[in-house]
Amino acid sequence: MIELNNINKTFKIAKRNAGFGEAVKTLFKKDYTYIHALNDVSFKINDGEMVGYIGPNGAGKSSTIKIMSGILTPDSGECIINGRTPWKDRINHVKEIGVVFGQRSQLWWDVPVVDSFELIKDIYKVDDASFGKTLNDLVELLDIGEIIRTPARQLSLGQRMRCEIAASLLHNPKVLFLDEPTIGLDAVSKIAVRNFIKTLNKEQGTTVILTTHDMQDIEALTERILLIGKGKILLDGTLNELKKRNSTHKTLVVDYMGDRIGDIAGISITKDLDGHAELVVDTLEIPVSQAISLISAQVDVTDLSVMGATAEEMVVSLYKEFEI
Amino acid sequence: MRKYLSFFKIRFINGLQYRAAAWAGISTQFAWGGMMILLFWAFYQNGQNEFPMTFPELSSYLWLQQAFLALFMAWYFDNEIFNAVSSGNVAYELCRPVSIYTMWFMKNMAVRLSRVVLRCMPILLVAAILPKPFNISLPVSLFAGLLFLASMFLGFLVLVAFTMLIYISTFYTISPLGIRILAISVVDFFAGGIIPLPFFPENIKAIMYILPFASMQNTPFLIYNGYLNGLDILWSMLLQAGWLFALVFVGRLMMTKALKKVVIQGG
Repeated sequence: MIELNNINKTFKIAKRNAGFGEAVKTLFKKDYTYIHALNDVSFKINDGEMVGYIGPNGAGKSSTIKIMSGILTPDSGECIINGRTPWKDRINHVKEIGVVFGQRSQLWWDVPVVDSFELIKDIYKVDDASFGKTLNDLVELLDIGEIIRTPARQLSLGQRMRCEIAASLLHNPKVLFLDEPTIGLDAVSKIAVRNFIKTLNKEQGTTVILTTHDMQDIEALTERILLIGKGKILLDGTLNELKKRNSTHKTLVVDYMGDRIGDIAGISITKDLDGHAELVVDTLEIPVSQAISLISAQVDVTDLSVMGATAEEMVVSLYKEFEI
Repeated sequence: MRKYLSFFKIRFINGLQYRAAAWAGISTQFAWGGMMILLFWAFYQNGQNEFPMTFPELSSYLWLQQAFLALFMAWYFDNEIFNAVSSGNVAYELCRPVSIYTMWFMKNMAVRLSRVVLRCMPILLVAAILPKPFNISLPVSLFAGLLFLASMFLGFLVLVAFTMLIYISTFYTISPLGIRILAISVVDFFAGGIIPLPFFPENIKAIMYILPFASMQNTPFLIYNGYLNGLDILWSMLLQAGWLFALVFVGRLMMTKALKKVVIQGG
């Protein structure tokens, strides 16, 4: 169980303008600005939950992850994970968590991946039997049997990321923090990683907290979403709730023959070229089914598809709504 | 302890890979050691026997210095640690159930030991068959030889404990270069890396002997060549142990403070 109450964190950042004169001036007097990275952040995550933690760059996602993994000490507030405060009892706390920072590497660059695994085994004092079993499972699920004997520096990004994830799970953590685990991966690797995380959560009951900018990750993985912006938690709900907020408009893409589509109340035409049109239907004014029959009454429809808002668009509209 | 030994092992094996670098190092150290000996030889030819050490003692000192350079060189740093801090990769190390201080200490020991293992034997062997008085002699007694080994290990730990302070300072300064350069020159000079400490004037020497730097290479080498004997050995080794304790204590304290206010660089 993870519980955060009123966590605050401020960073002091030295600032100066460009130019030589300014550089000399800062030798004597530095100007600092204070950035409130986290502002009264509170939430609660139960065991076995899978939560997507989203927000624009610089919103405070990584800071929260770092606080929860015991690396960063907040200025004030309370954070209890499995009964411990991470930064006060770091060594005992980190035994029970796994962390993957998508932009960093924990594998030793020059040695085969499996050597790194052995070292991690010793660090966490995993016994041989359970290490062998976990490693087997991970190798199979992540499909890394072929590559773990290769030095980390010779792996592709997708291969390395799968090994990174395996490395974070060798000690069977109860909680897994994933900080942008799919960043820079190709479609195949992304799907492999997602499937794996899903299986892990379902079969082992591992609590997963995931930050990402990739909305497909969120759609594929998480039920619950936490939205953070400017250091504040703005929204805490399920993906479906979010979708409902944004489902008052549907887009229709129509291929047709015949004259142009005329004006219909509740439908606005965003594009209409050579028999290919895109229309936005306001579902509060007119149901989609009625819109379709009105259109087919006017023209000869050859192809038609209805699109809801994608997660991508929802997030953009959320960012707009909260002005972050 | 096992986990720290594993860190030791992985760094040690890693260090043993660089054979070509070792051969290059060995030849450099021969050239350097030879030059130093010839330089002092020139002084000894013209001086009126007013030297604190006999020439064979000095030769032994200089060859030991070259053979065990990797243990005591202050200018060598493990860039992996600096990079980890300034790039923020230290985040991963902080996610491990280990004491960062002990882990870095072990890594440092491993890197230095792996270098010394590759280099010391060829240098010692060749230095032993050089014509007298330019060669390295055997320790003055078997007992002195054993004390030398113990003292060298202590001195090695003192040096690593001192470099730890420089690694930790990276948490405060981001770029460790300034402190590094300052520390390198201070250590080299005061540890007797440039001129053996017995050659300094009496009153300066008294102060230099008390400083932690004298507890690094100076003490073991002087035990080996018989410059130090009797109770002096005991006091010097106690001083070594004292400095080791003090430096580790300060280092751990600094580390704890640093981790409280640590900022992970780069998102």
